[in-house]
Amino acid sequence: MDMQATKKKLGLKERYQVMTRGLDWTPSYQKMEDIYPYVAYEGIKIHDWDKWEDPFRLTMDAYWKYQAEKERKLYAIIDAYAQNNGHLSVTDARYINTVKLFLTGVSPLEYMAHRGFAHAGRQFPGAGPRVACLMQSLDEIRHAQTQIHALSNYNKHYNGLHEFRHMHDRVWYLSVPKSFFDDAVTAGPFEFMVAIGFSFEYVLTNLLFVPFVSGAAYNGDMSTMTFGFSAQSDEARHMTLGLEVIKFILEQDPANLPIVQRWIDKWTWRGYRVLTLVAMMMDYMLPKRTMSWKEAWEVYFEENGGALFKDLARYGITMPKCAETIALEKDHLSHQAWGTFYNYGAAAAFHTWVPEKDEMDWLAAKYPESFDKYYRPRLEYWREQAAKGNRFYNKTLPMLCQTCQIPMLFTEPGDPTKICYREVDYKDNKYHFCSDHCKEIFEHEPEKYIQSWLPVHQIYQGNCFPEGTDPTGEGFDPLAAVLQYYHLEFGRDNLDFEGSEDQKNFDTWRGMATKNV
Amino acid sequence: MAVAAVKTYEFEPADALGKFHGAQLLYIGWEDHLLFCAPFAFPFPPTMPFGAIIDQVLPGAFGYHPDFARIDWTRAEWFKSGKPWSPDFSRSLAENGLKHKDVIRFRTPGLNGIAGSCS
Repeated sequence: MDMQATKKKLGLKERYQVMTRGLDWTPSYQKMEDIYPYVAYEGIKIHDWDKWEDPFRLTMDAYWKYQAEKERKLYAIIDAYAQNNGHLSVTDARYINTVKLFLTGVSPLEYMAHRGFAHAGRQFPGAGPRVACLMQSLDEIRHAQTQIHALSNYNKHYNGLHEFRHMHDRVWYLSVPKSFFDDAVTAGPFEFMVAIGFSFEYVLTNLLFVPFVSGAAYNGDMSTMTFGFSAQSDEARHMTLGLEVIKFILEQDPANLPIVQRWIDKWTWRGYRVLTLVAMMMDYMLPKRTMSWKEAWEVYFEENGGALFKDLARYGITMPKCAETIALEKDHLSHQAWGTFYNYGAAAAFHTWVPEKDEMDWLAAKYPESFDKYYRPRLEYWREQAAKGNRFYNKTLPMLCQTCQIPMLFTEPGDPTKICYREVDYKDNKYHFCSDHCKEIFEHEPEKYIQSWLPVHQIYQGNCFPEGTDPTGEGFDPLAAVLQYYHLEFGRDNLDFEGSEDQKNFDTWRGMATKNV
Repeated sequence: MAVAAVKTYEFEPADALGKFHGAQLLYIGWEDHLLFCAPFAFPFPPTMPFGAIIDQVLPGAFGYHPDFARIDWTRAEWFKSGKPWSPDFSRSLAENGLKHKDVIRFRTPGLNGIAGSCS
């Protein structure tokens, strides 16, 4: 006769306890400071890790089951999109350039977020935050994978997507998102959590994902839209974690407040500078626009973020100072950014163009204070010249900001006719900045930022040519050599959209789908 | 310590003068002409005469702009790190006091970009 073992089923709460904090143990023969070497040097004081409130009551087995279900649905849609030549139903081929920007600039950051959360989680002595970081770390690598899978379909048909990972570490404008995340992962675990968990995931994420995902939806890109929606339930969890981190740190010790406030100031600004790419995507790259950058900033930062900082006032946290500068830039940011890519269109892995007349009218309506006065004359001149066969390609390398690594394209707060120059002398060397905020970040940790890998300076040092190149050889063409080093194919991946292979192929293929040829 | 780190973290800057094969960096901006989105960065030997920048370098960098051909260099106003400055065209960069990673700008009175828009 079989023995009937009494199966005692755990209640939800008990089960959660056993599967998360129950997995922790107290070391007996190693010192805590040897096991967690990075937990003290940032100056954050934690007295009781058990005060951590788990933001998502999720155990690993439930996580697995739930995410597997979601991904089955996601891949079914991605497959259907690919099989039905869904790429031909996007508004026009210019749209695909936003996908290129996303895959080269953003998806590799998802992977870095995976590494960052795994690292931060490993360094926290508390079991609660460790489990939360583990879950987010898994989310992030799934997001990197699903994005790469979803967008790989475009790589079969269009240029500029073939070497996204290689480019991310080398191409001049991709050093902006890359260095942003490298800055975060090389900080201590607490700063990383405030930088990415709070400032990016909580305060700014809506300005990254909503514009891309709703832009995809408006422009007929089902696969991007689907991974966006699939990631959304994870994002909600990430936001909860970001907020919990801030509250937990601040409740632990009053001395933590000034450190956290400085990090929030720093990372709101660092994140905002990266969003420059989103601003120009929204205003210039989407054939069918959703809302302007300025409107998005007002809704997602000024209104929603304003409410958040009001809520955090009880901890002593105030709105980051940079919000005032950003408010002055919102009429100009996207125009100055697109102008920069139009300048350097020969060295970008996506196409650029001058907006059509109706698009300029849309911009004038959305930006009545700035577009017609400062930016329309520039764009119209470029269009006239391009029509005469004199398309502007700037071939001289720009001066970069030491902190954000963006070309010095930003204008003085309140004067859009003057470039904003700031500089600092540090140990007999000069360093230059695009803004007071980037300068302040440098001044706080100069030894970190004097190591910035600035693409322009690296090119001049001779570090950005394919191996074996002789820059002293006869007929050496530095631009060609740099593009080879980027794995960027001249004439296919770069230059104006007008006349590009992407444009021709899209028109031909769509024609085959809709006409009898 | 000038960086948050678990131990001493001090290294040569990534852009130290010695890494540019004998050249030093000079940044040059043209005021009121934002058709060029940002100031330019150049590697120049310190022995190069300042006038060579005007004659040999700037036409390639700024020549696309219709205002460029109209510049009267005797009337151009120069700034170094934002402060008024007078270069001697016949002397070298070093003799003009230009060091690695200095930034200079010039203003061309009367020339204000495309349709006066500072473009």
